Amino acid sequence: MADLKSDFVGIKSPNPFWLASAPPTDKEYNVRRAFEAGWGGVVWKTLGLDPHVVNVNGPRYGAIWGADRRLLGLNNIELITDRPLQTNLDEIKVVKRDYPDRAMVVSLMVPCEEEPWKFILPKVEDTGADGVELNFGCPHGMSERGMGSAVGQVPQYIEMVTRWVKANTRMPVIVKLTPNITDIKKPAEAAMRGGADAVSLINTINSITSVDLDLFAPEPTIDGKGAHGGYCGPAVKPIALNMVAEIARTPEMAHLPISGIGGITTWRDAAEFMALGARNVQVCTAAMTYGFKIVQEMISGLSEYMDEKGMTSVDNLVRRAVPNVTDWQHLNLNYVAKAKINQDLCISCGRCFAACEDTSHQAISMSEDRVFEVIDAECVACNLCVNVCPVEDCITMEAMAPGLVDPRTGKVVEPDYANWTTHPNNPAAKAAE
Amino acid sequence: MPNDSFTPGVVPGRLEPETYQEQFSDLHPPLDAHEALVAADRCYFCHDAPCITACPTEIDIPLFIRQIATGTPDAAAKTILTQNIMGGMCARVCPTEELCEQACVRELAEGKPVLIGQLQRYATDHLQQQDIHPFSRAPSTGQKVAVVGAGPAGLSCAHRLAMLGHDVVVYDARPKAGGLNEYGIATYKTTDGFAQAEVDWLLKIGGIEIHYGKALGPDLSLDALRDGFDAVFLGMGLGGVNALGVAGDGKEGVLDAVNFIADLRQASDVASVPVGRDVVVIGGGMTAVDAAVQAKLLGALNVTLVYRRGRDRMNASVFEQDLAAAKGVRIVTHAVPTAVLGNGAVREIEFAYVDAAMQPTGQTLRLAADQVFKAIGQTFAGDGMPALENGKIKVDAAGRTALEGVWAGGDCASGGDDLTVTAVAEGRDAALDIHAHLTGKAG
Repeated sequence: MADLKSDFVGIKSPNPFWLASAPPTDKEYNVRRAFEAGWGGVVWKTLGLDPHVVNVNGPRYGAIWGADRRLLGLNNIELITDRPLQTNLDEIKVVKRDYPDRAMVVSLMVPCEEEPWKFILPKVEDTGADGVELNFGCPHGMSERGMGSAVGQVPQYIEMVTRWVKANTRMPVIVKLTPNITDIKKPAEAAMRGGADAVSLINTINSITSVDLDLFAPEPTIDGKGAHGGYCGPAVKPIALNMVAEIARTPEMAHLPISGIGGITTWRDAAEFMALGARNVQVCTAAMTYGFKIVQEMISGLSEYMDEKGMTSVDNLVRRAVPNVTDWQHLNLNYVAKAKINQDLCISCGRCFAACEDTSHQAISMSEDRVFEVIDAECVACNLCVNVCPVEDCITMEAMAPGLVDPRTGKVVEPDYANWTTHPNNPAAKAAE
Repeated sequence: MPNDSFTPGVVPGRLEPETYQEQFSDLHPPLDAHEALVAADRCYFCHDAPCITACPTEIDIPLFIRQIATGTPDAAAKTILTQNIMGGMCARVCPTEELCEQACVRELAEGKPVLIGQLQRYATDHLQQQDIHPFSRAPSTGQKVAVVGAGPAGLSCAHRLAMLGHDVVVYDARPKAGGLNEYGIATYKTTDGFAQAEVDWLLKIGGIEIHYGKALGPDLSLDALRDGFDAVFLGMGLGGVNALGVAGDGKEGVLDAVNFIADLRQASDVASVPVGRDVVVIGGGMTAVDAAVQAKLLGALNVTLVYRRGRDRMNASVFEQDLAAAKGVRIVTHAVPTAVLGNGAVREIEFAYVDAAMQPTGQTLRLAADQVFKAIGQTFAGDGMPALENGKIKVDAAGRTALEGVWAGGDCASGGDDLTVTAVAEGRDAALDIHAHLTGKAG
């Protein structure tokens, strides 16, 4: 079984699976259960200054579901810890004492002035915690008070606060980023300039999960009104993967450690984040949906995968896919593929036909007896048929070998790589000549 | 308890009273709202879906399932009922395993079709239990149409005609409407008086008048109907039952399966329906299975269904055959009756085994029997009818008979399977043709 031991900016844990700062890490009882279940570490739910905040007394979560109520996306309007600071600090200390091999990182959010940071950081250090995570991401409630994503949306503030924190603690500092911005690289660079040891992302996305069509109110509804919350869960994973990759593939930030967060539900999700540059991952919604036991599947699944690939350490996986993330302009325009339908697997539902005929390139034919075939002379290899086919591997994209003639264009498939930057239709390419 | 399964002879009350309730409850309990959503989600919303083609009434199945999946079961019901006004009964009695669900691509893919029949029931029940009738009548045309037979064909025809603005008078020989829905279907397939509830709901369209106890022949003449109405639709059932044609087939205890099924449906208490200790059912269709299964459910000790050919030739679907086997019915194939034995009442029945070419093999079988149900087919009986074809009223694709102004559909008419859903389709299509004819738009 592969060794899953993780060292994230000097913080050691038996595996790279941490619980994110969120309701599951709100207090001693939960965190002890998490460690008993096998989680490698936790980021303790965000601490703030006293008097502690309060939460609403109505629904805090909204959701969207797939079939059979499989939870696909969750949104929350819960704030940071609603318990006294000292209570949390006392609990962190005893839990860390009892689980010295697990990572204990404490999430913090205090007003955007240096004094509060000077006040709180020594108290956290005193608990024996391994590091701090700066919550610059929370998009609801706290942001209205000038904290959370209100800071995370202004790179100068990120840099400034990070600098204060680094100046006032010996602990590693992780800066948690909000996705509610236009370019994730800007806040990440700011954190790096401020001296952050790492960034973690993504925090939750501004969202309204649904509208009650009887009350005409957003969900979750509190006494007839609703406020936007933070969206998370499997639905946000593609957004998070892209943001992680954007940072990881920026040369200046290639060495900035990333803790990947966003809809990680299975070992496979975790492996994907790590391949795109995350050195460890944080999980929340999956645990909130299924309980802490899911980490056992993550551990066994990642180990099995690493064994299959001959990887002896999680570091072997980290960044493996980063070199293959590129810009559109660098994609090989000489690569030609065609859809191919495996008639033995086809169940004749006709979804590929409807999709292609109505919304794509009319490249699938349908016979009287419901045989569906690709018309190579029309197929642009868009992949829509593959995506809508309910049968796995029934439709595949097959690359055309160089030298063959693409019946759609009548041109020979070239063996060489050529991209947009040199394409004759690119005005910029011509201008460069 | 005076009787049990071992009591010899034909007697009622073989079971505990509460056992009857259990035995004759819904074969497929209705889906609840969540089950319906999960079942609906399995539909792939196929392009030009094969299930639609497989449905004799061509219900837009993917559309109604999507309407269920999106929380609008009443809209789903309207999609169904627009094509098939007896969608509620068809959801219960259609051999879906041989129609829509057999065509379902998920049957091909995994052997587990989308539960189309049960979803159809979910939607139609949802609407009908609120007593909503989603259709209304067009302005009156002043035309009058007579419909003979208040079964699925007749009522389907009547409803569509009423919708189109015609006034309809329906005549039925029996004291209740519904035809085979009311008299000819196993009790566990349509519980809680659904057949009558459906008729009552259907009649909410208005413009339909029903006269009971009026049969063509003794009470009505086709000529008089043709004179008195602008058009006539014939939707009668099959009145004749084929005879065994063997020595002793007139003995006491040799009965028609259709009457047994009807008695059970009409009994206020099924416990009062007598059943033999040793029951033999002869036939291989749906009626044979309905009779055999219900004899077993009534507490008969031994029930044997005997069919002259192999199982693959049985008209009863594999599902029906398996249902019979699961209820404890023994199925004997390749045997034809040769004699009914007994002194006055039947005691035994003798069969000869036959090969695939129906030639006797020389081997015989004797079964103890105090009750024998014949289910070897029904025939159309009637005098003074329009021209026949293979013993049934000859009709064209639009349901027109050889007589001007007379249409026919359902079991009495040629063409199509003798299924409820086919009768509904034929009644509906004849109504459309009658309407075209009456409004001068006939092709």
